[in-house]
Amino acid sequence: MQEEISIKDLRKVYKTGTAALKGVTLSIEKGDFFALLGPNGAGKTTLIGILAGLVVKTGGEVSVFGSSIDKDPVTTKSHIGLVPQEFNFNIFEKVIDIVVDQAGFYGIPRKEALARAENILKDLGLWEKRNEPSQQLSGGMKRRLMIARALIHHPRLLLLDEPTAGVDVEMRHGMWDFLRKMNQGGMTIVLTTHYLEEAEKLSRTVAMINKGEIVLNEPMAGLLARHGGKKLENIYLDLIKQDNEQPS
Amino acid sequence: MTPQQIWTSYYTMMRREFVRIIRIWSQTLLPPVVTTSLYFVVFGTFIGSQLQPIDGFSYIQFIVPGLIMMGVITSAYSNTVSTFYFAKWIRNIDEILVSPTPDWVVIAGFVSGGVLRGLLVGILVLICSLFFTHLAIANVFVVLAALILTSVLFSFAGLINGIYAKGFDGISIVPTFVLTPLTYLGGIFYSIEQFPEFWQNVSLANPILYMVNAFRYGFLGISDVPLMTCFAVLIGFTVAFAVVSIYLFKKGTGIKN
Repeated sequence: MQEEISIKDLRKVYKTGTAALKGVTLSIEKGDFFALLGPNGAGKTTLIGILAGLVVKTGGEVSVFGSSIDKDPVTTKSHIGLVPQEFNFNIFEKVIDIVVDQAGFYGIPRKEALARAENILKDLGLWEKRNEPSQQLSGGMKRRLMIARALIHHPRLLLLDEPTAGVDVEMRHGMWDFLRKMNQGGMTIVLTTHYLEEAEKLSRTVAMINKGEIVLNEPMAGLLARHGGKKLENIYLDLIKQDNEQPS
Repeated sequence: MTPQQIWTSYYTMMRREFVRIIRIWSQTLLPPVVTTSLYFVVFGTFIGSQLQPIDGFSYIQFIVPGLIMMGVITSAYSNTVSTFYFAKWIRNIDEILVSPTPDWVVIAGFVSGGVLRGLLVGILVLICSLFFTHLAIANVFVVLAALILTSVLFSFAGLINGIYAKGFDGISIVPTFVLTPLTYLGGIFYSIEQFPEFWQNVSLANPILYMVNAFRYGFLGISDVPLMTCFAVLIGFTVAFAVVSIYLFKKGTGIKN
């Protein structure tokens, strides 16, 4: 498999002095469904923010599809779609405008953007709501809107930061099916989630981050087999507990 | 990005902003028109009719260019600072930041939004003023240049304020405590030639004086300061604010991290 994302010795120290990432090294292969797990404040969102160009790193190197995020951000950004943790669209704007405008920021002409938006909104069950202000959507619909927005420019890499938080079980399963379909179509997906069942069911590779450091990175099947069929949740709890007990 | 893609991104920002300004016209366009009309009524008609002409023009004719400029300055500034800060606050600025749109296009988009609202308000206030007095234009190029440069300058200033603002207080402090006093003391309601020399010199330190006078020259053909000096100040401040905006964006101040 071809290496899609290469992260070497990535560091981030915020102005407050908090070291969010302490030399993270990772490689994610093309077409992978990669789960990045860790407790709150472990550095997951910072890592995703750096990949997406929203956070300025303190040190280290990151390349996406062989292009450096420092030297060629235009190329790397055009291949990345981001679904952030928090709802971050204008609640007064209509669903269709949010998605079509996002395409515009990637240089996609409005006519083409409208055609793309129709397909994506239909796939995600939002087409009927296209002319409604986004504030009128339910929580699950808002999550799907953020996915639609992230996919409008046909990215090769999708970054999902807790995409199913607050979504009901039925809708969550629907979103899993949708994400599986995207992944089977060749899209590389990086997922952070606190629903470990979600990570276990969807991802092929899993990494765990704690206090800004990677403490585990291996194929999901191998990890589960190595722990004698234990659930990912139990493996995760043991590992994080063990890591927290070690002197820093 | 290709030039065509850059244009599409810029057009998207402008279209979104135009739709917003028109959608909430009662917040964006109406208030400056109402406020300025009150100035026309109170200062222009009631009080102005009791005053001596200034440089051969009635008082209301003298203050109209300055009042139009006041509307332009306030609207351009408040549009950029509020739009940018709101985008930062709800984090939908990330929609643009994650895209390959270059920083200078993002800046151009926000500034153009402020210019657009400034110009719309300027035109509306101008139309309103015609109900109160007769206005001739001495030099249309000076009027347009002063109008556009001033709205660009204050859009950049609003953007810088929006970048640094950390709360809603932060976007109202500068307009209330800096912009409003400078505007009122910027020669809208008087000619600085009516002042003693000391206060004339103090007034010359106010950059808004030069904008108001450049604009007044375009309409009435009179100015307290040489026209070239007015444009030198306008261009100088515009370039300085543009450079600061680009630097702050490049550094990610207030928007990244």
